[in-house]
Amino acid sequence: MEKKILEVKGLKTYFYTEDGIAAAVDGVDFEVAKKETLGIVGESGCGKSVTALSIMGLLESPPAQIAAGEIIFKGEDLLKKSDKERRNIRGNEISMIFQEPMTSLNPVLSVGNQIGEVLRIHQRLKKQEAADKTIELLDLVGIPLPERRIKEFPHQLSGGIRQRVMIAIALACNPSLIIADEPTTALDVTIQAQILELMKDLKEKLNTAIMLITHDLGLIAEVAQNVMVMYAGQIVEYADVDRLFEQTMHPYTIGLLESIPGVDLEIDRLDVIKGLVPNLYDLPQGCRFHPRCKDARTVCKEKEPKLYDLKGHKVRCFKYSGTW
Amino acid sequence: MGLFQYTVRRILFLIMVLIGVTIAAFIISNTVPGDPLVANLGQTAMSDPEIVERYERRWGLDRSLPEQYLIYMSNLLQGDMGTSIRSQRPVIDDLKQYFPATFELATLATLLSIIFGLIFGIISAVKRNKLIDHFVRAISVTGISMPAFWLALMSLYLFYFLLDIAPGSGRLSADFSGFSLQTGFLIIDSISAGRFDILKNALYHMILPALVLAGATMGIITRTVRSSLLDVMSQDYLRTARAKGLNETVVIMKHALLNALIPTLTIFGLSYGNLLGGTVLVESIFDYPGLGWYAYISATTLDFPAIMGATILIALVYSVMNLLVDVTYGIIDPRVRY
Repeated sequence: MEKKILEVKGLKTYFYTEDGIAAAVDGVDFEVAKKETLGIVGESGCGKSVTALSIMGLLESPPAQIAAGEIIFKGEDLLKKSDKERRNIRGNEISMIFQEPMTSLNPVLSVGNQIGEVLRIHQRLKKQEAADKTIELLDLVGIPLPERRIKEFPHQLSGGIRQRVMIAIALACNPSLIIADEPTTALDVTIQAQILELMKDLKEKLNTAIMLITHDLGLIAEVAQNVMVMYAGQIVEYADVDRLFEQTMHPYTIGLLESIPGVDLEIDRLDVIKGLVPNLYDLPQGCRFHPRCKDARTVCKEKEPKLYDLKGHKVRCFKYSGTW
Repeated sequence: MGLFQYTVRRILFLIMVLIGVTIAAFIISNTVPGDPLVANLGQTAMSDPEIVERYERRWGLDRSLPEQYLIYMSNLLQGDMGTSIRSQRPVIDDLKQYFPATFELATLATLLSIIFGLIFGIISAVKRNKLIDHFVRAISVTGISMPAFWLALMSLYLFYFLLDIAPGSGRLSADFSGFSLQTGFLIIDSISAGRFDILKNALYHMILPALVLAGATMGIITRTVRSSLLDVMSQDYLRTARAKGLNETVVIMKHALLNALIPTLTIFGLSYGNLLGGTVLVESIFDYPGLGWYAYISATTLDFPAIMGATILIALVYSVMNLLVDVTYGIIDPRVRY
């Protein structure tokens, strides 16, 4: 068994607002092993990003609060640590890449300053040492002329280069885990492919574990070993990438796969999942997916299915309960 | 370098603005009814044809208006702004006497308002909707909405008349009236003369009018800092800064404040320019011999050379302040330079 780096147990992250309590993450368990890439898939609002921000400790509280659960990183529960201890882990041992490279960099600080800052606070490098390391990092993420780039400001860089800078910031302290939240979504298709190549490359070189959050199943197929599908704050399916694509079980995952447009298929209409993601303030009774599910029966409306474990392939659906 | 070219461009722009201001001031003072000879020379001198002729030649009064303007400008460039009717002294000397007083007062008031405005604005934004935020906002609204003349009268009444802890009026106490000024700036002159008793006395005279002047500006700065900081705090790059593991002080003071200062900078510059232009009401109430007081007296006595001189000086000060703001923008915000 590979050693696990991150273990999330029964995580519940709730938002306490005037409209009521929204269970953005509602009892999520998973693990990330060393060097593993775990893909997390789901529609907007399913709880992927909130899970990531809970691990990072970056949720604004109030309104957000972690109501229950444990986030065990290298054997220690992050939720029991002080703010200072968590800051020392953030950007150092666990780092994060965000979706919007256009707005995620500070417009008034130079690239060199923004990367070097991480090295100065976590590794206590001197200014010159940090500058040297920054040039190495920019080179590593494939930015040409790094000596010139460190003096430039974000507005002088293209979206692709900015995302490479974000990756360089994330890699600066050789983290054990990188959380990438939709790292390619905001980029042009050709740039997406380049960033994807870069991430695959770096993964081989650096052996970092990655949690890749996306709604792009194509991206998952390319880089992830294991995949976790989330819906309305819960895990609905979990499997290794081959099994997930070959023996897809959950009707929601099947729907997601069918909504990918294919080039070689002669169909006019895509099969899309009908309806919308449920309102977190007003979740449906029974299975949270049943109002949109083609296969729903009476039991689905009445009882909530648990996550059935079929030899490592987990699925939250009564079809696999053995009594369907 | 981008910043250098940017600055040069701004300076050229400033020169154009100043030319515009002098033209406007010149035309206005020439369209005002009244014979400049009568206004400037007075009855006795008018009866002497030689004086009249000399005066006409000096200011080109027998020529066309554009020529007169060019003559005025060439005199101005040599530091000759004419003679004040009221004081019978060269306007430039009057300005040299009154401007330093205003400069010292305005600078102190601006420093006070920036320091307190920034502190209050940051506290208010970081602790938004908490008790301290409401308290700070109440103070800033009070500062903004209280008329300066009323605040000046009240503070003079309270601190001078009732409590007797503040001096009444002027720049210095009568005991120091013999102190001769070199630069006109009391702070500089007293330090260079090693007279710290005079420095103390000058500051003592300045503090109350400076606080009164700072009140309104501080309120505006507090509100601007608060709102722009709140705006910046919801930006993605602050989340990035926190994700790096920076502590909250660095996140706010480095990543957020630098961005929030950009809109605030305009307020700093405008209010400083405003105060430097002289604050007629406060200077009159505190009987503080500054530029505002001088402009006021000149206007009431129709002293046109003095009014022109004061106008041009105030425009110059305003333009230089705006130049400084623009250059500071260029330093803080790299996007402005291009």
